[in-house]
Amino acid sequence: MPEEKLKSIDKATVELIDKAERENISTVFSRADELKPCPIGVEESCCKICSMGPCRLPRPKKGEGKVRVGVCGATIETIVARNFARKVAAGAAAHSDHAREVVQTFIKTARGEAQGFTIKDEIKLLAVALDFGIAVEGREIGDIARELGEKALNEFGRQEGELVNIGKAPLKRQELWRKLGVTPRGVDREIVEIMHRTHMGVDQDYRHLLQQASRAALADGWGGSMISTDLQDIMFGTPVPVLGSINLGVLKEDHVNVVVHGHEPLLPELLVVASRDPEIRRLAEKTGAKGINLAGMCCSANEILMRHGIPCAGNFLQQELALVTGAVELMTVDVQCEMQGLQSVAECFHTRLITTSDRAMIEGATHIEFHPEDGLDTAKKILKMAIENYPNRRHAVYIPDARQDMVVGFSHETINYLLGGLFRASYRPLNDNIMNGRIRGVAGVVGCNNVRTPHDSGHIAMIKELIKNDVIVLTTGCAAMACGKEGLLTPEAAKLYGGSGLAEVCEAVGIPPVLHLGSCVDNSRILMAATAMVKEGGLGDDISDLPAAGAAPEWMSEKAISIGQYFVASGVYTVFGTTWPTAGSEKVTRHLFEEYEELYKGMWAFEPDPVQAAQLMIRHIDKKRKALGIDKARDRVLFDMAMRRALD
Amino acid sequence: MSKIIASAAIRGAHKIFHKAEEKYCEALERFGPRQEVGFPNTAYYLPIIYAVTGIGVSRVEDMRSVLDICKKMIPSPVRENTPLPYLAPSLDAGMATFFAEEMIEAIRYLEEPNVYAANSEDPTEATVWLGAANDVIFRKRGVEFVDGTAPGFAAIVGAAPDSQTAARIALELQEKNLYVFMCADNGGKRFSQQLIEAGIQIGWPTRLVSFGPDIYQAVFAIGFACRVAMAFGGIKPGDYRRNLIYNKDRTYAFVLALGDVTDEWYANAAGAINWGFPTIADTPIPEVLPTGICTYEHVVSNIPHEQIVQKAVEVRGLRVQVASVPIPVSYGPAFEGERVRGEDIYLEMGGGRTVAVEWTTTKRMEEVEDGKVEVIGPDVGDVQPGMRLHFAMVAEVAGRNFQDDFEPILERQNHHLINQAQGIMHIGQRDIAWIRISKQAVEKGFRLEHIGRIIHAKYHQDFGAIFDKVQIKIYTVEEQVRGVLEKARASYDHRDARIEGMTDESIETFYSCVLCQSFAPNHVCVISPERTGLCGAYNWLDCRAAYEINPEGPNQPIQKGECIDERYGQFNGCNDYVRKASRQKIESVSLYSLMVDPMTTCGCCECIAAILPMCNGIMTVDRDFNDMTPCGMKFTTLAGSVGGGAQTPGFLGHSKYNITQKKFLKGDGGLLRIAWMPRRLKEEIMDRLRKRGEELGIPDFPEMIADETVAKTEEEVIGHITQKGHPCLTMEPLM
Repeated sequence: MPEEKLKSIDKATVELIDKAERENISTVFSRADELKPCPIGVEESCCKICSMGPCRLPRPKKGEGKVRVGVCGATIETIVARNFARKVAAGAAAHSDHAREVVQTFIKTARGEAQGFTIKDEIKLLAVALDFGIAVEGREIGDIARELGEKALNEFGRQEGELVNIGKAPLKRQELWRKLGVTPRGVDREIVEIMHRTHMGVDQDYRHLLQQASRAALADGWGGSMISTDLQDIMFGTPVPVLGSINLGVLKEDHVNVVVHGHEPLLPELLVVASRDPEIRRLAEKTGAKGINLAGMCCSANEILMRHGIPCAGNFLQQELALVTGAVELMTVDVQCEMQGLQSVAECFHTRLITTSDRAMIEGATHIEFHPEDGLDTAKKILKMAIENYPNRRHAVYIPDARQDMVVGFSHETINYLLGGLFRASYRPLNDNIMNGRIRGVAGVVGCNNVRTPHDSGHIAMIKELIKNDVIVLTTGCAAMACGKEGLLTPEAAKLYGGSGLAEVCEAVGIPPVLHLGSCVDNSRILMAATAMVKEGGLGDDISDLPAAGAAPEWMSEKAISIGQYFVASGVYTVFGTTWPTAGSEKVTRHLFEEYEELYKGMWAFEPDPVQAAQLMIRHIDKKRKALGIDKARDRVLFDMAMRRALD
Repeated sequence: MSKIIASAAIRGAHKIFHKAEEKYCEALERFGPRQEVGFPNTAYYLPIIYAVTGIGVSRVEDMRSVLDICKKMIPSPVRENTPLPYLAPSLDAGMATFFAEEMIEAIRYLEEPNVYAANSEDPTEATVWLGAANDVIFRKRGVEFVDGTAPGFAAIVGAAPDSQTAARIALELQEKNLYVFMCADNGGKRFSQQLIEAGIQIGWPTRLVSFGPDIYQAVFAIGFACRVAMAFGGIKPGDYRRNLIYNKDRTYAFVLALGDVTDEWYANAAGAINWGFPTIADTPIPEVLPTGICTYEHVVSNIPHEQIVQKAVEVRGLRVQVASVPIPVSYGPAFEGERVRGEDIYLEMGGGRTVAVEWTTTKRMEEVEDGKVEVIGPDVGDVQPGMRLHFAMVAEVAGRNFQDDFEPILERQNHHLINQAQGIMHIGQRDIAWIRISKQAVEKGFRLEHIGRIIHAKYHQDFGAIFDKVQIKIYTVEEQVRGVLEKARASYDHRDARIEGMTDESIETFYSCVLCQSFAPNHVCVISPERTGLCGAYNWLDCRAAYEINPEGPNQPIQKGECIDERYGQFNGCNDYVRKASRQKIESVSLYSLMVDPMTTCGCCECIAAILPMCNGIMTVDRDFNDMTPCGMKFTTLAGSVGGGAQTPGFLGHSKYNITQKKFLKGDGGLLRIAWMPRRLKEEIMDRLRKRGEELGIPDFPEMIADETVAKTEEEVIGHITQKGHPCLTMEPLM
């Protein structure tokens, strides 16, 4: 009998997969065993844009001279590039529609119309307002916020010009974007234009299609995602380091367990407030529970973890398993990455699945729509439902004994503070220690889980390899949660897993070797951190000069493609694992993997083996170190008076 | 930080903060909220708090808001497992520690007024502790930081294992020209007291400054650095970031922790890192080697005493040019301030009791054998301790590039050069020189020959570019000494006549001086024959020589160009130069006016002139005058508002000598505008002042100028000058 494939490197996950199998509950793991990926779809060689097809263009067999094209004559390059561009459009749309919801709530908050929301970070409000060219002198906070909200909302529907946040990028990068014609004009426009260009019979030159993909992706990273991060920080507070805990063991048998799943932080913020309401707590106790236990799942978890230290039950592939414990009274979901399978798992237990976004319903689930005007009431209503459901537990509860502490809450502003304190805050120590070689480089490892790869294995293998080689890792999303469970988000991990140089810096600052920067829209924080490093000086004058690389070893969603594309277009070498969505065309793949280096000074790569992928990243980092002339140890410079006079 | 250090620093900060709160409550109770507090004679309040927050603490009640700030800045203790990041919080805690210690010390000045030797440069009979430097001491010493004579300071905390080791460390630091600021104890022993035990003269003059017995007095060192940035760097109070980075880049200071490092020491060390000042310890505490806040490492430990100074200098990133002079005693600016007195004197020459004369003169190349030193007459070995000799030293210089004009420049250096030898005291110059040689120096083998050796070595080191050879003849027989005296006097007269005759019109090239840009990055001095440098140290000839010596150096020729305003002394060449050299901060500059585009000052000017509007006149005050002036500001406040390279019409920094130069304030009415100056200054320049008055047709002009004995306020100045019929009253209005 063949050895059974490892499903997860996380013990708690494996325990609950076994439990589900024993109890005959269908989960993503069992379904994946039953359903193999489509071999043509995996290479994106299928075109179903018009009803003359679908046209399948598998690679020509060996010795076959014929070049295959679709019935309209579309080449494999066009088909693959169109499919790729559409993934970017969907990913950018997801982040940006999330952002739009945030902006609209922000405006209501500024007007005092959003129940339970306030402006928490006034300093960041002023900073972002200034970026948007808003006069702040002598004005009321609410007034500034209102104008900022309106201006931010304009970014979505803008038709001409450039997105405001483009001005935050290093100057050299801005010039390159203009030269390449990829500076985004408006968030929605670039997405719509992809949908048009990829319609039957429009844009049929793969390079031109992918140029628009870059423009839409940049509208995501520097547009929608960044707006979302910034406005969320202003409303809910910019994260600062906080102690959190993670894994399914955060669920509590004797508490009313409410799992908050999805991506938008709006309702989750209010659930946090409501869960601390004395009346709600009294109600919970009345049912015999010891209290309400709020736990997060996916990026909603990251948002409330980063800002409040709310425990995190797990990442994408653990969503159904949380319910398999039998301990969850209620799970809320809003948008993105919520499996429809949740409902059938919930039905096996007493668990109630609540959809809360006006954009997302799940058949069979209860829909309680969130609106900012009465958000707090909604939150309380949901918690009451959970409390009422507590006595309905009908199965034996099984919660794995798995819970790991972690230090989270690293925004790019906080990193600035952490490296020098209130008085000397700057990125200088990071740049300095990169220049002197204690830190070899910086890697952004982000992205999803993918059931075709053993759960969390790609993230952990890659990140351990990177930190062992003195590469500091910035992480978000499900990758960050994988690190949390493995203990990599603790300062102690630096000595256990890090190279000696990185460990020394981590010990000096008191940080983990892997820094959790937030949810997947918060990848914009990585862009800002990279820009801050460029601006600090000594590491070149563009993001592409930095000894840095990006990766998503377990990606699965279209959002990941959009994120990858905006990182590449921002000058970052980016390696993806699992599968590669242009594998159907060598030319398109070569364009993204090689020609992009000429164009964007950043390019894609594909390597399913996470350790090999880490080695590719390290090789790229070393190449950049050499170009900067920091690949060799340099002599200490001693200063005399003449050198001091020459200082500016 | 390492976790151990951060944990200790935060604990220490809590302890010191509680002590400050306690002291504050006691002071509130005992003295009341309105009681004035502060360090003696300073315009910088409690300087760290002032520099960082902009809050000037002057009464007990002002401390409340600072304590509140401290409270917010000191974090909770570091958790043992999975701690939150601790570097930044411990740096903040360190800053709060300094705030708290400044308040503790300010209250101590109230409670125990005699604990420190206030306003003294030296320990007194009553106390060895000097406490905070007042502004006069600060400025005098600060100038040495600015001109590079002192590259920085070592803050020594604790004590060496024994006084011999302490003496060795101190000597090594002195030889590197560093100031040594001392505080705290190690097992009851204190570094300052160890030096006294070893028979070493401590105090500001020898750069061995005994601030105090406890760790709290570390703030006097850090406060000194804060004041340097405000006074010379033009950094405004409250502009903390610039102050800290200024000190990181320009003040080469570090902490030497000698002995067991307590929580309180750690808190102070963490605070010092904010300024880029690292800690070097002799005990095996954890190290913090990654760079970034300091220029290089932050904490280096377990360094043996014989290596600790060298290590510290390297960690701080400092290059010290140490003079190599072949004499049997130590040599460097740190020994300049050392005195030789009474019992210690072996041999004395000059000082009114015998003739002593120094003369530097030009010879032809073939007449000079480089490095030859002759002593003609009795030497140290030939006389009994306590005796006197006559003394004449002739330095004969030759070289293709040497000019007669350079003779006085070299000769004037003799004072500093000889005085920098340990155990040798030198005062005066020309025919009023005065030399004492100590018994300790003689014991180490010092002979008169070595004075010649110093001159030979240092002339070559500092002025090698303008001459090729120098030989020295030292005479100690009266007859020969008097022969030299006669020739030297003829030469002095000739030189004086030449410099007197030079005018700004007579030459095309002025010189810049940007020596002070190491500390005042936007300040530019323009030095012309009739406007000597405002520090009093550089005239036009000095600058010309300095340029010849080092064409890339801080003195550059300025083609003065076309005179665009004769009255105020504006030249287009000067303006173009100043604009560039001030990094576009100054557009145009007048050489002869305080009202229109006055020249900036770094802060090390000898005097500051200020307008007295009601008198229609101008006053000037020198930096040794500590009291209030008629313009309502003390020198230090004036320097605070005009220093740092800012152009402030109505105020002007200048040298003492400049007052009697013909172009002084010419655009504003000249010398005759001067209505007030301190009496001591007036006496110091009396001869020239009277002569200049005579030239201007008012022989009793010195008497018309008011001083503090007749006028302390502007009203009193009006009274005096009206009574004397001072010419400024009838001049055209200044404003």
